[in-house]
Amino acid sequence: MSASRFVRSQRLTIVAGILVVVLVLVVLQLWLLTATMEAYLGGDDSIVVPAALASLGCFALNFGILHFYLRKLLD
Amino acid sequence: MRIDDPDRISANPDGRPDEAQPSWREQFPIDWPSDDFRSRRDFTKLLGLTSLAFVVGQLWIAVLSLRRRSRARPAEREIATVGELPVGASKLFEYPERGQVCVLVRLPGGGFAAFGQKCTHLSCPVMPEPEKGRFHCACHNGSFDLATGEPLAGPPRRPLPRLRLEVRGDRVFAVGVDEGVL
Repeated sequence: MSASRFVRSQRLTIVAGILVVVLVLVVLQLWLLTATMEAYLGGDDSIVVPAALASLGCFALNFGILHFYLRKLLD
Repeated sequence: MRIDDPDRISANPDGRPDEAQPSWREQFPIDWPSDDFRSRRDFTKLLGLTSLAFVVGQLWIAVLSLRRRSRARPAEREIATVGELPVGASKLFEYPERGQVCVLVRLPGGGFAAFGQKCTHLSCPVMPEPEKGRFHCACHNGSFDLATGEPLAGPPRRPLPRLRLEVRGDRVFAVGVDEGVL
């Protein structure tokens, strides 16, 4: 079923669910950033690159969700 | 917005179609459903930009980390003589570069220890209090062990960055940084 078959109120429910997922990913990124900064300032460089890659992965997921799926629902 | 949209409540004030309306009318819709859509779209953009900003922050830390790892080992430098510091005394010096203030203390046992002077909480200068066996940060009442630099009380959670020292004869040399960021 394409997104346009839903009435607007139904689509808004789906959008709200997707936004919650995206919000959780953004909070995860915030946690990653603070943990990485804490480790870096403490002299531990071992997690810097893995954390950056994880954050990049979260962003890619967010971008994918927002760009390819959510836009369809909101347009 | 489609004209046959079931959620469409009001008509355009001038009666013209949506395509002929000024662009600001789309930004400030009259109907609640349209307004919900608009606010969600803006919120979505904000989330995307926030996510991107976090990635930029992570990459910035990664660049700083690489720069720190590739930096040459700091040159050793004479910082004091054994005779000038009685037990319990301390001395400030800059190492490895100008502006990076460190503090050298003569421990009650007779040995030496040196640490970066910046508190690991919010970078206030810590002051040695040998009689209490600690460094004290007056900004938020944090304290660190005088011999090891480990946090003892207050907000700091990380130890003070420790300097490697060598005593050659009567002279004390700083020969490197053990851990942490000065």
